[in-house]
Formats: sequence, C-alpha cells, structure tokens
Amino acid sequence: MNKAFARLRTAALAVAVVLATAAVAHAETVLHRGNAAEPGTLDPHKASGTWENNILGDLFLGLTTEAADGSIIPGAAESWTVSDDGKTYTFKLRDGLKWSDGEPVTAEDFVFSIHRILDPAFKAEYAWILYVIENAEEYNTAKETDVNKIGARAVDARTLEVKLKAPAPYFIAQLTHYTAYPVPKHSIEKLGDDWLKAGNMVSNGAYTLAEWVPNDHIKVVKNANFYDAANVKIDTVYFYPTEDQDAALQRFRAGELDTQDDFASESIDLLRKELPNETRISPYLGIYYYVLNIAKNEAFKDLRVREALSMAVNREAITDQVLKTGELPAYSFVPPGTVNYGGPSYISWKDMPYGERVEKAKALLTEAGYGPDKPLKFQLRYNTSINHEKIAIAVQSMWKAIGVQADLFNSETAVHYNDLEAGNFDVARAAWIADYNDAQTFLGLLETRAGPQNYGRYSNPKFDDFMAKASLDADLTTRGKLMADAEAIAMADQPVIPIYYYVSKDLVSTKVAGWVDNVFNIHRTRWMTVNR
Amino acid sequence: MAVITQHGQIPDLEETQGRSLWQDAARRLRRNRASVASMIILATIALLAVFGPLLSPHPYDELAWDAMGVAPDFERSFWFGTDTLGRDLFVRTMYGARVSLMVGIIATFVSLLIGVAYGAIAGFVGGRVDAVMMRTVDILYSLPFLFFVILLMVIFGRNLFLIFVAIGAIQWLTMARIVRGQTLSLKRKEFIEAAHAAGVSPMTIIRRHIAPNVIGPVIVYATLTVPEVMLTESFLSFLGLGVQEPLTSWGALISDGVKNMETRPWMLLFPAAFLAVTLFCLNFIGDGLRDALDPKDR
Amino acid sequence: MLSYTLRRLLGAIPTLFLIITIAFFIMRLTPGGPFDRERPIPPEIEKNLLAAYDLDKPLLVQYFKYMGDILQGDFGPSFKIHDFSVAELIAINLPASIKLGGYALVLAVLIGIPLGSIAALRQNSWIDYTVMGVAMTGIAVPNFVIAPILTLVLGVYLGLLPVGTWGGGSLRNLVLPTIALALPQIAFIARLMRGSMVEVLRSNYIRTARAKGLTERIVLSRHAVKAALLPVVSYLGPAAAGLMTGSVVIETIFGIPGIGRYFVSSALNRDYTLVMGVVITYGAAVILFNLLVDLVYGFLDPKVRYD
Repeated sequence: MNKAFARLRTAALAVAVVLATAAVAHAETVLHRGNAAEPGTLDPHKASGTWENNILGDLFLGLTTEAADGSIIPGAAESWTVSDDGKTYTFKLRDGLKWSDGEPVTAEDFVFSIHRILDPAFKAEYAWILYVIENAEEYNTAKETDVNKIGARAVDARTLEVKLKAPAPYFIAQLTHYTAYPVPKHSIEKLGDDWLKAGNMVSNGAYTLAEWVPNDHIKVVKNANFYDAANVKIDTVYFYPTEDQDAALQRFRAGELDTQDDFASESIDLLRKELPNETRISPYLGIYYYVLNIAKNEAFKDLRVREALSMAVNREAITDQVLKTGELPAYSFVPPGTVNYGGPSYISWKDMPYGERVEKAKALLTEAGYGPDKPLKFQLRYNTSINHEKIAIAVQSMWKAIGVQADLFNSETAVHYNDLEAGNFDVARAAWIADYNDAQTFLGLLETRAGPQNYGRYSNPKFDDFMAKASLDADLTTRGKLMADAEAIAMADQPVIPIYYYVSKDLVSTKVAGWVDNVFNIHRTRWMTVNR
Repeated sequence: MAVITQHGQIPDLEETQGRSLWQDAARRLRRNRASVASMIILATIALLAVFGPLLSPHPYDELAWDAMGVAPDFERSFWFGTDTLGRDLFVRTMYGARVSLMVGIIATFVSLLIGVAYGAIAGFVGGRVDAVMMRTVDILYSLPFLFFVILLMVIFGRNLFLIFVAIGAIQWLTMARIVRGQTLSLKRKEFIEAAHAAGVSPMTIIRRHIAPNVIGPVIVYATLTVPEVMLTESFLSFLGLGVQEPLTSWGALISDGVKNMETRPWMLLFPAAFLAVTLFCLNFIGDGLRDALDPKDR
Repeated sequence: MLSYTLRRLLGAIPTLFLIITIAFFIMRLTPGGPFDRERPIPPEIEKNLLAAYDLDKPLLVQYFKYMGDILQGDFGPSFKIHDFSVAELIAINLPASIKLGGYALVLAVLIGIPLGSIAALRQNSWIDYTVMGVAMTGIAVPNFVIAPILTLVLGVYLGLLPVGTWGGGSLRNLVLPTIALALPQIAFIARLMRGSMVEVLRSNYIRTARAKGLTERIVLSRHAVKAALLPVVSYLGPAAAGLMTGSVVIETIFGIPGIGRYFVSSALNRDYTLVMGVVITYGAAVILFNLLVDLVYGFLDPKVRYD
C-alpha cells in the first residue's frame, strides 16, 4: 500500500512539474526576426554589417544607446560632462550595472574594450571609427606602442574619462556604434576566443546568446541581469539569415517571420495590395550614386561632360517608375535629415524641368566636342543586383537619348569594389550608408586624403580646406556651415552623379508593437512587444 | 520471281536495294510520333527566334516609360506584355530564344569536339595512356563544376562567347567517357580484329569502322546535352552571372519572371513555356534517336 | 571484395590531393579578395588583415602551409563567418544536406524506376509518351521556378506546409524541399530506366528466357530489371554525391541550413578556406559514391568480378 502511494505521489509530482513547465513555456514571448544575412561574427569589435548590428545591439549596451525612434539616449552611462574645449568627456556609469553572469560592469571594462579594438594585432576592420580618441590612430597603426597613452582611463569603478584628439560633436552619437561596446574583461581573460560561443557568451545588454546554428538561426534569450530587465517584454528572439528576399517574403506571409529586414523593390505592388499595414518604408541615411573616374578617363576631366551626364539622368523617373518604393531623387551628396548640418547643398540646376535639362545637356556635349560623328563612349559598371541592373538600363537609355553610348558591365560585388578601389572603371555605381548621423561620414569620401575610398579620385584643395577646418571646429553650427560650403563646391564640380536617397524597407507584422520607423533603421528588441 | 524458260538464259532481275544503317534509323525515327512532332515544334521555335522580332514594331531594348509592366495589350502590339522596365516581352523572348538556343548548340558542340577527340584517343590507344586519361576525367568529375563556372565567369567577364566555352568545357567529361567506352568495346570486336589482320591501317579502321559505330551514341548524347546546357545557363542567370544586359536569355527572363509571378504572371509564363516546350522536344528527339539507332531492333 | 575496396580508398588519396591543388590555385588566381566589399576598408587595415591570414605571402608558400594544416586536420577559419572554423561549419551543416538529399534520392528512385519501366514496356504508345512527359516536367522547368511555385501554392495560399526554416529537420518542413529536389532526378532516372529497359527487352538472353517459357513476371523481375538497372546505378553515383552535398537553389529558397549554399556563396565571397572545405567534401562524396556504385554493380552484374 505504501509503495503504491509513494509511486502515486511521485507521479503526481512529475505531472505537476510538467504542467508547471508547460505553463511557463506557454507564457514565453517569442519574436522571429528575418535578418538579411548570416553574421560574420558576434564579436562587436570585429563586426562590420547592419545585420550584425541588429543582433549585437540586443546583446550589448554601449555608453549611449538608441531609443525606439533611433534617438540617442543614455545607455550604460547615466550621464556625462564635456570639458569647455570639447576634448574631455567624463562618463558616469549607472549604479548596479551587471554582466549577464552577475559580475559588475565597470569603467575598467570600457577601457579594456577600447584597448582591445585598437590593438593592431587584433585587426579590427572598424577600429578607425574610434580614431577621434587621442592616440587611438597612432596605437592602432603601431606608431605608438604604449597602450596607456590612449585617451581613455577609468577614474574609478563608475567613472570613465575619454580624451579626444580634437573636439568631435558627433562623438556621443558614435558611441552607439558597436565598435564602442564593452566586452567582459573577466570572461575574455579566462576563456580567450571561446568567450564568443553560445552558452559561454557574457554580455551586458537586454539579451544573451543562447544558440547559433550557422545558416539556420541565432537564438537570444532575455538577460535577467540587465538593468532594465523589468521593461523587456519579449523573452526569446530568433534571428534568421534571410538572404533570398523573395523566399523571406513568403515566410513572412505564412506567418513564420514577425519582422523582415528589407524586401525586393519588385515586390512592392504585391505588398501594397496584400500587406499594406505591414509594409514600412522610411527615409534612411544613405546615398546611391554613380562615380565618374576623373583620374583616368580623359573625357570626364571636362566639367561640361560631367554636367551633361548628370543632367540627363531623370531621377524622378527612376524613383517613381523603376523603384517605386518611396526613394527620393538626390541632388546633393548628403541626404536631408542629417543633423547639425547647414545643408544639403543642392546642384544648381535642381529645379530645371527635365526636358530643358536634356536640351542643355546635348548643348554641353556639342560644346565639349562630342556629336554623332564623335560619340561619347564608355562603360557603366554595377554590381550584381536586380535594382542596380534596372537603374543602369534606365540610365543607359537616358544617355542614349543625348547621343551617349554607355555599355553595361555587371560584376559581382567582390570584383566590383576591387576594381573601384584600383580605379579600373569609367562610370560605376556606388553607395554609402551613414555610420553615424553626421555629414562628415558622407563628405569624407570626397576628400583627397580618402585615397582609394574616393573612387574617382576627385581632388579639390578648396573642398579639402573647408573639411579640414570643419574637423577642428567644436561649434556644431559653424561646423555644419563649413561642411555645407564644402558640399557646395563639390556639387559645382559634379564629380559624382547622385541618384537617390535610400529608404529603409521593412516588413513588420501588425502583432508587433514598439517598432518605430527611424532614419537608421535600428530597432532594438527591448522596446518591442508582441501580441499573438 | 522470273521464270527460267530456256536453259542457259538468266533473266534480268531487278537489283534489290540494300538498306543502310542510316536509312533504317530514319525509318524508325519517323515512326516515333513524339519525336517527329518535337522536331516540327523545334523548327518552328527556331524560325520564330530568327524572324519573330521582325513581326513586331518594338525593339528589344527600348524602355516604354508609359507602359511598364503591363499585361498583353494587342492595341499597342505588346503581344506578350512588357517587363517592369517597359520592354516588349515578345521581342525579348525571341531574342532570348536566340541566345538560349545558341548557347545550347555551341556549348554542346564544344563539348562534342573535346569529348569525342579525348575519348576516342583514350579508347583507341588504350593501355596506360587510357588509364591516365580516364583518371584525369575522374578527377575533373570530382570538382564541383558550378563553382568553377562561377570563377570562369568572374575571371573572363560576361562575354557571351565565353559562356559557351565555359559551359561546354564542363559537359565534355561524360561525352569522353561514352566515346571511350564505345571505342573500347568496338576495338575488341571481331571485325576490327579481322581488319587489323588484313593489314588495314589504323586511320582507315577508325574512319570506316569505328567512327560510324560511335556516332550513334554521340548524336544521342549530344541531343540530350543541349537541354542540360540550357538549364545550366538559366541557372547562371538566376545567380546573376548570365549574359550581360541588354542581351537576354530565357533563363534571365524566367528569373525576372519568378520575382513577379503573382503580380505579372505573363513575365514568367511566356519564357517558361518556350523553354519547357523546347526542352521537352529535345528530350523526346534524343530518346527517339536512341531508340532508332539501336542496331538490335529487328 | 574487401581488398578491392581498400585499394580503391587508398587510390582516392592522390585523387583528393590533386583536387585540392587544382581548386586552390584556381581560387587564388581569381580576381577580387575576401575583403573587397560594399563597405570599403581603409588600406592599412586591409593590409594588416591580409597579412594576418598570410594572404600576402607568395602563392606557393601559402599552398604548402595550407596542405600542412590540412594534414593536421586544421581546415582553417572561415573568412566570412569568423566565429566558426571551416570544419565546424561543414560538420554542423552537412547533416541537413545529407538528410534532405537522402530523402530526395529515395523518393526519386521509388518513383523514377517504376515510371521508366512502365514506359519501356509500352514503348511508343500513348502511355509511354504521357508517362515520360509527366516525368520530364522535372527537367523542363528549372527548379528555381518549381520551388517558389510549390511554396506559393502549398505554403502561402493553402497554408498546408511550412514555407521556410529547417525546424530541426522535422518531416513537415522536409516535404516541400524534398519534392522540389527530387523532381529533376525522377525525370533523369525515369528516362535512363526506360532507355536501358528498352534495350534489355530486345536482347538475346531475354528472348531466350521467354522462349524457354518463363512467365513474363519472372523474365522481367529476375532478368530484365536487374540488367536494366546498371546504367541507372552508374548515374546514381555522381547524382547521389550532388544531392548529398546540397542544392543551392533548394537550400536558399527553403532556408535549409545545408552546405549547398556554401558552394556559391563561398566562391562569390572569396572565402578561400570554406571553398576548399566544400570542394574536399564534394570530392570525397563523389569518390565514395563511385565506389559504392562499383560495388553494387558487382552485385547486379555477375560478369563483373573484383579481386
């Protein structure tokens, strides 16, 4: 009798446990996010893509972070002060900040992290973002060997002091970038490279890494030791590498994905018809342009030729009829919406009607010596993608109408950019997405000292001069004006043909709340909720 | 049957025509209705590919800004509709036919040239040379071909001619194996031995005895290689590595069509139908040829 | 039989060695490197990165270093997915390709062989044409068209089956990709079976068997089919290797975490180490399956003997 009773009791307990776990499991909120590509790494100091940023921003918390609407708010640092000369920042970390394993997050962790990413042996691709810090560049390029000379030190466990080379008003914004995330000193010292593995990884953000199956999914779970854990509503997030956008769209429609980062322009008609409430299009800080190889192509050294080619491009037709996803025609190099900026400075003929522009373009070409018996011929390059191809075909026909013969050449991305940096092209498609909300990230590409990243090797000492002055200016307003003046010079010289400003295109299920469209397309899961 | 009426008189008899192997094969092929129908359809498609664009007022690369992605519209002569850039789909399908058919034929021809020569030499010479040559084929077979086509495309660019050569260069392996196998088995047959014994020179043996017997399987396999080549080209287009715009192929048209299949089904329907029909025909013809050229059918 | 197998396996080693060498040099001689991409890296940093991976050393030096590493089992880290080594990536993703490929192979054989046999038995009749016509849809329509259509109809419109994800390999997730992957194989196998069955049925010893008075069923099952299977088995060798190492299109469209995608992506990304890993895997698979084919041949064709 006793034995039977004991067995019954065990069975009852077992049932109770199962029911309890089931109850807990049911209560768990899960979010499925389609995330454009497989991350190359989840080490914030080695990452380089927006798809890695999406995951890293959920795992780690920098000194500053992004609110749901993309604005900069205090993150690990609850407050900070800036010295009068704009070169010294003192950050006060939050009280009780912890890593996911319970260890406290200290200023020493931040110093360790800065030293780590700048270590030349570490070979971080994006280390240059932190070059604004004193001696950062020198240490990273091995000109300075004393790591303690870098302008970052822990005054005490909760106070971090950072010294800059020159005043940089955008520094606070830069700190949201993953290059400035802290990594756990104690964990790395103990585990070495294995600290990154799922199950080992210690992070200080809203989530921790639970599982990573390459090409399948990345699973992150809520970090109980996050300082704001009480307000994090979603327990588990699955990130899927959705490289094929058409397949991803089908998964979204079938309800397997709650959000999807990017969709193909070709799908827009279908989306407007079937999923109008789930389709989110919003301005995005990026510029799509064609660069002219001024250094190597003789014809392009003539301003009249460059101007004619730029005038003949019907940007409105491209955005409204070819792309149809709300991109805006671009007549400047810096997109509108960039903060602390005196511009954008637009091309002088921005408001001229297209028909008139075409006539003027033809006239300019004739003036420059080109005509039916001596047509202007060159190659237009783009990297493999259906949008790049469609735009190139459209532009080719627009140029044909003014008597210019552009042959198309499509190569895959690695070859395309290799050739661009080497200067092997006539006209090529290029694009730039802002790393942080500041005009300098765009205009820097046109400076002479940008070297190979200034693909067309445009060089105007007056432009360089304005930019140099701006980099030393601590006042945001005057700095913004200086840069706008620089852009005006560039737009008068027309070394590039701006085509459109990017928009971010996302699919967000109506069950998801807290996804706010913003100019960076950054959406941290801690601000979101799901109602199934 | 003539009647012999007188002793010593030999009546004239009509010479009976012997039937050659080829005539036999042609008879059998004609009886295969699927093959015959396929040949007619294929010929029609080829004619359309060449002369079709002349029927339409639209050029293949002109963007009609006011007719982007419209359904078939007979008033404006967009018989198959337009693609999302406003280009007439009928004319582009015809141009695509030219490219796809050319790739199929030329790449197969390239693979034929290399494969037959290689296989015949290996089979005929035999011994260690054969062993080394076939070992090489085995090694090449073990390389993932797709990967190397991609690299070839990247190194040499999107030159149409190079696509022919690249795809052909991958297909020759099986052809070589087949030819070598045939040559080997023929070599051992009695009539070849007899020819040897009679002192016929190797070149004549090849020309008169081996070649005609090998050609059968070669033709069959060649006909079956063409569809494979066309599918390979369409796959390359799907990856974005096919012919360079504004040229197009059925594979490229189909890749675009798939992306638009719910909102603009005509973009997928017409090129896919043409490709499918062509591939069906080629396969039926190939099977028919194989049945027809089999000498055991009596 | 055993010594034959061992000899073949030993002979495979120099083959693999050559495969690796050819792939290595072709890969390295292709323009574009692993660090050329949309976000350009400052030149000094690119130089550092190249040096870190020994990519700035002379090609032969890199080659010997690589071969040395392989012999110790170190296939290197992936250039693109830094947190994983090539060995890890292949170990994690290969099972999915094998599982999917295996199911597709079984399905293709189970459907293709009967279809081809039926067509052969009713040669040149309308049954022959219809059966072959249906079978050949698998190769008349490219799989990157069939897969999205299947997905659209069965997954999105009817909601019957999951559209994407692996779901840990559950059967429901496998249905669509297996069908899409098997269709072209069904076509090839059916046609091969039909062709060889037609030949076998006309042959002398089948005629003899019939003349001897054996029932049609025995004639077919004991003699004809076994003989007709030979070319099909030959075909299945490389076909199986291809299926097991994954199809790019199917894996991309259905989100299967297999190694098929790596064939294309690693080439396009110039992920040198992953390319080599994938090439070695494919080469090993082909060698293995060719060996299996030859062993099955020995079983099917009594004239073939291995000693």
